[in-house]
Amino acid sequence: MEFKDYYKVMGIARDATEAQIKQAYRKLARKYHPDVSKEKDAEARFKDLGEAYEVLKNPEKRAAYDQLGSGPRPGEQFRPPPDWGAGFEFSGAGGGQDQAYSDFFDSLFGGQARGRTRAASDTGQGEDHHAKIMLDLEASLQGGQRTFTLRVPGVDSTGRLESKERTLNVQIPKGILAGQHIRLAGQGSAPTGKGTPGDLFIEVEFQPHALYRVDGRDLYLPLPVTPWEASLGASIAIPTPSGTVQLKIPAGSQGGTKLRLKGRGIPATPPGDLYAVLEIALPPANDEKSRAAYLAMAAELPFNPRAKMGV
Amino acid sequence: MSNVNTPALSGHIFEDYAVLTLHDLSRMCTVETHHIVELVDEGILDVAASDGGHWQFTGEALRRAQLALRLQRDLEVNLAGVALALELMEEIGRLQRALRRVGHET
Repeated sequence: MEFKDYYKVMGIARDATEAQIKQAYRKLARKYHPDVSKEKDAEARFKDLGEAYEVLKNPEKRAAYDQLGSGPRPGEQFRPPPDWGAGFEFSGAGGGQDQAYSDFFDSLFGGQARGRTRAASDTGQGEDHHAKIMLDLEASLQGGQRTFTLRVPGVDSTGRLESKERTLNVQIPKGILAGQHIRLAGQGSAPTGKGTPGDLFIEVEFQPHALYRVDGRDLYLPLPVTPWEASLGASIAIPTPSGTVQLKIPAGSQGGTKLRLKGRGIPATPPGDLYAVLEIALPPANDEKSRAAYLAMAAELPFNPRAKMGV
Repeated sequence: MSNVNTPALSGHIFEDYAVLTLHDLSRMCTVETHHIVELVDEGILDVAASDGGHWQFTGEALRRAQLALRLQRDLEVNLAGVALALELMEEIGRLQRALRRVGHET
């Protein structure tokens, strides 16, 4: 098992005061909180931090932990000493975080010092579970079944928290939006008494899509057009979630012009819109013919895009 | 591993139909009702309707309440701080969506 240097995790000295520990925790918690952090490994860092703080903020646990010294040399495996825990009484409940701590923490502080996990309500009703999934946009556009593997925290026969894998085959409701939840009734925890089982709430997030960018229920389609299609107007075929349609480009369009196709976004209630956003694509001047065409335009068109710059 | 050929589970989009009472919301957040009342008093949660003095919340309120409670618990910030953090997070979300619309990955 890997030794955890809780002082290193919190970036503090071994003789740090309680005030310094609290200060370090608050600072790092703001930096790595999964709800606010943009750091890649925020969730793992925040979990380590919570575990370190759980031990170091509690004088009893900290004193016991300090007895271990600074741990084995790098590469060595850690084992709790045989007389571990003698003479210490870990009192009170912990922070109440509903998360599994490391094996290292469990080997030292075991079940008795673990923070109370979420209390089941007095009705004996099972707890709700929450999970987040990455979904392809098509699943919302067309509906359909998707299979996911979720990590579900549970309690094993000895009362320790453990994390189990659970594979679910879910019918995705058509028109679901990012940030919304699919509620699967009865798929949460079993009831403790004669209540009903909890529900499973699955929060949806979309993977990036090859064509569309998603904003709520609306879709944005970057649409390359030629200079003559934009200037002269044209009717062109474009992809939409419900199939190819002809889109009329008005004469005199510019790059960045947004053309709205009402109701052709995500088929939610009410349905979103699809916006085609024009991008003028220039033909390459890589042969005689195309160079001649550009030269003809240069000669024929009195066009200065920098006229307003006063140069 | 469990069999993936089992019939698909189907559920509703929670936000589309949910009407939550104060008791529902408290239970789903596994907190006592006074914690939710505090979020309403601070203007963090909106009461969608009041049915004979009983508050009703939309499904959106669940996500917001859970987020607020997590920030309050994990970061040890007071409710005014939570409210400010949520407003700033929403503003960042708006800006990120605007950037994505013009093709910047955020």
